[in-house]
Amino acid sequence: MSNLEMWEVFIQTKPGLSHKHAGTVQAATSEMALQNARDVYTRRMEGTSIWVVPSKYMVTSEGVDKEAFFDPADDKLYRHPTFYEIPNDVKNM
Amino acid sequence: MNPLFNYLLKVADDTLIFGQRLGELCGQGPYLEEDIALTNIALDYLGQSNNLYQYAAKVQDLGKTVDDLAFLRLEKEYLNCQLSEMPNGDYAQTILKVYFFSVYQKILYTILQVSEDAQLAAIAEKSLKEVKYHYTHTSTWIKMFAGGTEESKTRLKNAVENLWEYTAGMFAETEGEKDLSQLGIAPNPQDLYENWKFLVAEDFRNFGIEIPENEFMQKGSRTGYHTEYFGYILCELQYMQRTYPNCVW
Repeated sequence: MSNLEMWEVFIQTKPGLSHKHAGTVQAATSEMALQNARDVYTRRMEGTSIWVVPSKYMVTSEGVDKEAFFDPADDKLYRHPTFYEIPNDVKNM
Repeated sequence: MNPLFNYLLKVADDTLIFGQRLGELCGQGPYLEEDIALTNIALDYLGQSNNLYQYAAKVQDLGKTVDDLAFLRLEKEYLNCQLSEMPNGDYAQTILKVYFFSVYQKILYTILQVSEDAQLAAIAEKSLKEVKYHYTHTSTWIKMFAGGTEESKTRLKNAVENLWEYTAGMFAETEGEKDLSQLGIAPNPQDLYENWKFLVAEDFRNFGIEIPENEFMQKGSRTGYHTEYFGYILCELQYMQRTYPNCVW
C-alpha cells in the first residue's frame, strides 16, 4: 500500500456551515480520495460537501512553542465580545 | 403469465445476485476505503432489489413477501443474467463486472424513469442516482488499471476476456417483454444493447483498452438457465430461510 497517500477529509453538514474535519482516507489520486471520502464519511447523510487535502500539505501547530502561541490569549477578557446585548431576533451570532 | 411480474423479477434478480456476489467481499476489500465502497455498492443493489420485489409481490397478488421472492424460489425461476453469477475474481474483475452492469443500469433506468408504469418509474428515478455513482467509481478505477503497471493492464485484459462473452446476456428478454415495450412500460432490449455497446466502445477508447474481437456470446440468460456458479450462490443465499423458515431477529 506504499502508493497510497494520506488525505485529510472535511465535511460540511449544511450549506452555510463550516467544513469540519471528519478524519482521513488513503488514496492514490485526488479523484479516488474524494470518492473514498464520500463512501466512508457521508454514507449516513453526514454532509453535502466534501473537501480533501493531502495530509502532507496540512501545516499544523505541532512543533511551535505552545506557551508563546496560546497562553497570552488566556487573560485578555477585553477581547471577548461579551459586553454587547444581542437583540432576540438575531438567531445565529 | 404476467409480463410485468416477469420483468420486475428480471430487474430485481439482477440486483439481488450482483449484490450477493459483492457482499462476499465484505471485510475482504484490498483496503478499508475500497471495502466500504464495494459494500456500499452491494447495499445499493440490495436496496434496489427490495423495492423491485416489493412491487413485484404486489403485481403478482398472491400475498407473497419480498423474502418469499428473494429467497424461496427454485433456480429455474430466477431471471438474472449469467454475468451476475461470475465470480469476483481479482479486483480488476470485481470492478469490471460492476462497470459493465452500471452502464447497462444507467441506460435502463434512464429510460424507465419515463415508463408508463408510475411505480416502476419512481423506482428507476431513485436508483439511477446510485448507479451514476457506481459508474463514476468503477470508470475511475478502470482508467487507473489501464494506465497503470504491466500487472494492472494484464489483469484488466484478463478480466475483459473472462466477462465479455456474458455481457450480451444482460439484454436477453423475458416472456411477455415485447408487450411491455409496446405499452411504453419497458424499453426494447435491442435498443438498450446498441446503446450499451456504443457507450462501452467509447469508454474503452478513452481508457486505452481493446474491445475483444471475438464476437461469441453465451446464450441462455434469463431463461432459468444458469452457470454452474449459481448453485453455490443460491446455497448461501437461501440457506437461512430454508433451514429456519420464518426466522426473525
